[in-house]
Amino acid sequence: MKDDALTFMHIVVLFSSLSLMSIGGGNSVLPEMHRKSVQDYQWITDQQFADVFAISQAAPGPSILIVTMIGYQAGSQAGGPILGIFGALLATVCMILPAGVLVYIVSSVWTKAEKSPVRKAVERGLAPITVGLILASAYVMAGSSDHGWQAYVLTGLCTVVFTTTKINPILVVGLAGVIGYLGWV
Amino acid sequence: MSGKDGEGRPNPSLFELALTFNHIALASFGGGLSAWSREVIVVEKKWMQDQEFLSAVTMCRILPGANQINMAVFVGSRFRGLPGALAAVAGLCAIPVTIAVGLAFAYFKFHEVPELKSVLRGATAAAIALTLSMAIKTGRKCLGGVVPILFFAAIFALNGVMRWPLLACLALLAPLAVLWGWPRKKESEA
Repeated sequence: MKDDALTFMHIVVLFSSLSLMSIGGGNSVLPEMHRKSVQDYQWITDQQFADVFAISQAAPGPSILIVTMIGYQAGSQAGGPILGIFGALLATVCMILPAGVLVYIVSSVWTKAEKSPVRKAVERGLAPITVGLILASAYVMAGSSDHGWQAYVLTGLCTVVFTTTKINPILVVGLAGVIGYLGWV
Repeated sequence: MSGKDGEGRPNPSLFELALTFNHIALASFGGGLSAWSREVIVVEKKWMQDQEFLSAVTMCRILPGANQINMAVFVGSRFRGLPGALAAVAGLCAIPVTIAVGLAFAYFKFHEVPELKSVLRGATAAAIALTLSMAIKTGRKCLGGVVPILFFAAIFALNGVMRWPLLACLALLAPLAVLWGWPRKKESEA
């Protein structure tokens, strides 16, 4: 029982802090989420992290649902599916709440801050950092999945499709799943 | 059912806020959430004008948190304060989170099945591509110069390749980046 409490405390601390560091959206904290949940807490394996990433990207809704899935596995390791559901909900709330409170506070002064240098500086300065973090996410995900040369080719092709066309991403992910099923990657 | 106050300004109820964001979440199945938010909030419901919406999108992008959830907090609190923000976020997240819990249950039960492993190997390749294309699309807009490219490369190397803790990376680079981004014509304006 004591271990359960520790697991849930780790969930709270990890996802609340990731929430506040997720500049540019949930995708920028994936390397940190991977480092803690795979290497430090060992809730899930490298391969499982890559898998839940793919599943959460294809699922409907906001981009942080990977957190729900990791929270589920962390909780269910501590005590079966019921604690799994609790872990999933706890992780989700922790990922939403701190950033949400910040947005709530800032939104009340946002329109008045139109000309504020702080707003301009943050907007301009953090943009390249966000891009670097998102690229780091792609890099870490490729390293944590079992990525052979065929998978790199598939990733390259899909990247071209995503950047040059407006095809619904879910179709592309689904098609890539079929290609995987056929054993081509 | 779209509520208006006495002067014809939009005045959505808590229930309508939740329902609308639920609609946005489900309509955006497979991506494009931001585009759908605009379609519903500006075009269909006329809750905001384009200019205010774009300004809010900017705020949601720079602040931490998933952009779509931040947008729900912004829109919800603008009309109904704290309860409005809660209603909008709950509407946006309820069904997707339920689906994610179901998927997590199924995945951790069946992830040893070889066919599922093969399917996910392909899907992961595409999901990584989705992340890469996000970096390319946003990078095209803001990586026009030596300094931004240096910041971009430094955080990629520290956080992605060397696996430094994110907090350390941000503590080192974010203040420098904000300093660099500070508007320089300040003195002449004052």
